[in-house]
Amino acid sequence: MKKGIAASKGYGIGYVFIKKPEEIKFDCNISENIDVEEEKLKLVNAIAASKEQVSRIKDKVETEVGIEEALVFESHIMLLDDPEFTGAAVENVAKNKICAENAVQELIDTYTAIFASIDDEYLRERMADVKDVGTRLLKNLSGEAEDELSGLAENTIVVAHDLTPSDTAQLDKSKVVAFLTDIGGKTSHSAIMARTLEIPAVVGMADITVAVRNGDLVIVDGIKGEAIINPDEETLNRYRTIKKTYEAEKKQLKSLVGKNILDKNGNHIEIAANIGSPDDISKVLENGADGIGLFRTEFLYMDRETMPDEDEQYASYKIVLENMDNKPVVIRTLDIGGDKRLKYLEMPDELNPFLGYRATRLCLDRPEIFKIQLRALLRASVYGNLKIMFPMISSLREFIQAKGILNECRAELNTEGVPVSDSIEIGIMVEIPSAALTADELAKYVDFFSIGTNDLIQYTIAADRMNEKVSYLYEPMHPAVLKLIKMTIEEAHKQGKWCGMCGEMASDEAAIPTLLEYGLDEFSMSASSILNTKKIILSNPDYRIES
Amino acid sequence: METQKVTIKNKTGIHARPASIFVKAASGFKSDITVNKGTSKASAKSLINILALGLAKDSELEITASGDDEKEAVQTLVDLINSKFGEE
Repeated sequence: MKKGIAASKGYGIGYVFIKKPEEIKFDCNISENIDVEEEKLKLVNAIAASKEQVSRIKDKVETEVGIEEALVFESHIMLLDDPEFTGAAVENVAKNKICAENAVQELIDTYTAIFASIDDEYLRERMADVKDVGTRLLKNLSGEAEDELSGLAENTIVVAHDLTPSDTAQLDKSKVVAFLTDIGGKTSHSAIMARTLEIPAVVGMADITVAVRNGDLVIVDGIKGEAIINPDEETLNRYRTIKKTYEAEKKQLKSLVGKNILDKNGNHIEIAANIGSPDDISKVLENGADGIGLFRTEFLYMDRETMPDEDEQYASYKIVLENMDNKPVVIRTLDIGGDKRLKYLEMPDELNPFLGYRATRLCLDRPEIFKIQLRALLRASVYGNLKIMFPMISSLREFIQAKGILNECRAELNTEGVPVSDSIEIGIMVEIPSAALTADELAKYVDFFSIGTNDLIQYTIAADRMNEKVSYLYEPMHPAVLKLIKMTIEEAHKQGKWCGMCGEMASDEAAIPTLLEYGLDEFSMSASSILNTKKIILSNPDYRIES
Repeated sequence: METQKVTIKNKTGIHARPASIFVKAASGFKSDITVNKGTSKASAKSLINILALGLAKDSELEITASGDDEKEAVQTLVDLINSKFGEE
């Protein structure tokens, strides 16, 4: 059994095909007999042929996988067009009277050296793109058209020293059930593509290419990062079962993507996603979330020397709104406190930061900071379906004040002639017990509630879930907590407002039936929990998929 | 001539995807556009040279453009970098 880095989940059982490393032999010499014009023409033709090949791969990946993944091939095409890359090679041929192959090899070598000196590992790995393009050019120059990876048999496990982006993109999923490589890590191109193509893979195995022979039977465990070579009958059968179960479960969950869940009255139960930054969007879309129930904005403020300005914030909000189309996006205003130090913000030393100067209290005390965020949100509102939510509201007064400042910003933007959406819902997080207990009053003024159970439970039971000595007291299903949740939902509904939940309890199997009973309108959670939550809800016969 | 300073905010820096977006945007302008990182320089319209600059998070750059659309060019590229190309 060989171990490596688990790069792509799943199981593959098949026969080894070892991909030989690219060894393109060419023997042209620097000699006076070089016909510069001929060499230039050869190179130009090779560039054109390469562009065409990469275009075809790009189209294939775009249709079969997605636009995002196809973008890397767009960059390959740009490299082929880049006057300072391929253009430089052509000039080299003319100036130094060398053959096309040598010019390309020099190009690869030059940039390999430059890239090797880049500090950042992730960026250094991008050298793979340059090598891929260079190798393709050399192959086209040497007339080697045949691609080793085409024409594979079924149930093949490709074993290679490394797989270039082009190699991985062209793997025929109907034939290749997994791949293994000597080098690479979780962020290599091949790993990223493997996950997108959903081909199980293990990388960084060091010497898998010499540990196996063509035709060996291998079990690939892309979850544990293991490969079992020539397994015995018992192991083989065990894995066959594991694989079957895994794939059946996956298929069942996948079938739930984008399906709307209705209760017995035909009302839609929204299953939304919590995100921490625009980067989380792809997972949101992949899992078919009905919207974003919580967009935490703290990422904009953390790990930096200066306050994020309005334009920077606006850009991030805009991108998320645009990507979600017209699906609701609930953005929470700054929710930071003494437990997280910001270099540029003076925050008092508190004995009790969780009961202290944080979130909306801080924002109301520092309206100049609050307004930057609110203006950015209002400006971005025209790009999608924005809802704004204030965290840590303990009383109606705070909400009215916050809304007042929001309206000030709106008026300012109106005067400046900047367009702002007319239909922005304004709501609050219900995470402080006093808010839940006065939900009847609050519901008259807000457009919605979103219950933040993580903090609601802590404040209600007065127990810190991170404190090992008392975390056993943190019980989502504590009657007091349930009472507060029920109250919040009911008071919202009495005023014709919706109530959602963005705390962990929303995806908690034990809590979901009760929450459904209380009439919770929206469950928001980490994108990876969405499909499982849908499955849980649907196990109740009162709920069905909208046809 | 128009010039602006900007810092790379992307967690994974300017790898192939953002670099392509950047170069594509730059190529749409008539002006000559250069990117300076410390003592290194690259044409904003050359993908290989932008990649070779190795622009990791927190890299400080100066974007300079010279031509009819220099102001628009620099502002567009600065905005792109500040928007983190839609990544983290």
